[in-house]
Amino acid sequence: MPSVKFISHSGVESEVHVASGTTVMHAAVDNGVSGILADCGGACSCATCHCFVDEAWLAKVGEPDDVEAQMLDFVLDPQPNSRLSCQITVSDELDGLVIMLPESQI
Amino acid sequence: MSTEHAVIVGASHAAAQLGASLRQGGWQGKISIVGDEAIPPYHRPPLSKAYLAGEKHSDELLIRPAAFYEKSGIDLVLGSRVTEVDRENKKIVLHDGGSIPYGKLALATGARVRKLALPGHDLDGVFYLRDLGDVDRIRSFTGPGKSAVIVGGGYIGLETAASMRKLGMSVTVLEALPRVLQRVTAPEVSGFYSRIHREEGVHIITDAAVEALEGGSSVAGVKLADGTVLDADLVVIGVGVLPCTELAEAAGLAVDNGIVVDEFARTSDPNIVAAGDCTNHYNPLYDIRLRLESVQNATDQAKTAANTLCGKLEAYHTLPWFWSDQYDLKLQIAGLSQGFDSVVLRGASDTGRGFSAFYFSGDRLLAVDAINRPKEFMMVRRALTTGLSVDAAKLADETIDIQQAFS
Ligand SMILES: Cc1cc2nc3c(=O)[nH]c(=O)nc-3n(C[C@H](O)[C@H](O)[C@H](O)COP(=O)(O)OP(=O)(O)OC[C@H]3O[C@@H](n4cnc5c(N)ncnc54)[C@H](O)[C@@H]3O)c2cc1C
Ligand code: FES
Repeated sequence: MPSVKFISHSGVESEVHVASGTTVMHAAVDNGVSGILADCGGACSCATCHCFVDEAWLAKVGEPDDVEAQMLDFVLDPQPNSRLSCQITVSDELDGLVIMLPESQI
Repeated sequence: MSTEHAVIVGASHAAAQLGASLRQGGWQGKISIVGDEAIPPYHRPPLSKAYLAGEKHSDELLIRPAAFYEKSGIDLVLGSRVTEVDRENKKIVLHDGGSIPYGKLALATGARVRKLALPGHDLDGVFYLRDLGDVDRIRSFTGPGKSAVIVGGGYIGLETAASMRKLGMSVTVLEALPRVLQRVTAPEVSGFYSRIHREEGVHIITDAAVEALEGGSSVAGVKLADGTVLDADLVVIGVGVLPCTELAEAAGLAVDNGIVVDEFARTSDPNIVAAGDCTNHYNPLYDIRLRLESVQNATDQAKTAANTLCGKLEAYHTLPWFWSDQYDLKLQIAGLSQGFDSVVLRGASDTGRGFSAFYFSGDRLLAVDAINRPKEFMMVRRALTTGLSVDAAKLADETIDIQQAFS
């Protein structure tokens, strides 16, 4: 099973293993990693699952689509590596993915 | 921090958040979530959307996996109906006669569908849509070429219509009022959704008065007051919900269109909080008492309730927001439009697949319905949360960036 490493805003690391096909949002929520709220449950409607993708993984993770990009403009502290974690699906390709969490979602 | 037993009644959006937030807030006592459905708390919104359309499996609906509760020391008592709250002895009574003592109690009993006492309402093939079990039963009647009649042109009725079109069914929506979504949106938004549904092949009848559901053992048709009979292999009734307040009422708590709570989610008993669809609460941003039916409210009010139980009084003051997905249309609503006296449109409602309707009372912006316009939803959510002021003329002008309309 691919692993995802989450790094909280204060630097606490948690590594979780999830089945391929799981979203990064679910990888966090299902394993009790705090910092992702995911109020809409992955419907790309709430923007409370904001995360930063580690630079080394950006190319593999790919670009947000138009809806996601519009929402990302309005999250707190948007960065070029900002993504909505419910829109990233974990795969073997992304085994070892590193995700940084923002200080706050809202 | 308290080592008392916290018991949560109901096991859905509000309960799942309450349990998790209690632990995060440092609650050291036992936590139990008691619900009458058989599975752990799950996301209800996909029921009329991706789950009904067969695009999501039930495993994908869980808010958190069962293992999460185990790890967090939260007992899930599922398939158990609470029949009484005994405040004097601080215990709840279950349908099988068992009881569970509590130190603190949280009511997260949600809402149930409003039923119509129509002739033929108990025929096979007639459904309401609230629970996973409802959709599983509905799905045994769906299939390409079959006919569905949906009674009620609210969000759930329209989402159900869209999902059934995806399944290749012939779909009619019956709305008693002159337009769909009449109670919740401006005429332009209703007009937009009627047009799209018609373009997608849904037959919409407004001002419809249903007289009876007809059939042998299983439903075959819906009879209207004007004598029309519509073929139906399946009928889904979606005419709103009522808060589940009977436990609270029988226990003597204040109830008035929902369990009455204060800004800290406290009921009239200091040992009992309540959150979600079942509550009547105060919203300071709009200065009204109201009952909301949304995931946002269930989640955010549950956090307030958990804080209160952990001894941290923080008033509930979140901006309400909501979403609805139909076909390729993503509707996002920020704020509460009730009481609006004018509407400003950005984009066209009579052509295309996206625009926004901004609701005003005088010159105060109340809310936005943003259809395939996530940027406008996000902008208004921010503006209403942080108190920005708005220039309505700029809102209506699409050549001006939305951010320029706010200051
Ligand atoms: C089909 C559908 C689509 C929706 N779509 C959206 C959407 O897109 N966006 C949105 O924001 N909201 C949507 N909603 C509304 C949203 O699902 C509700 O607001 C939310 O579920 C409320 O959560 P809750 O925990 O307060 O109550 P509920 O979800 O109603 O849960 C209450 C639970 O308590 C149980 N219960 C009640 N009484 C007892 C008792 N005495 N003993 C034991 N258990 C009891 C009930 O069986 C139920 O499981 C939708 C709802 C439905 C039905
Ligand atoms: S969970 Fe709501 S946008 Fe990602």
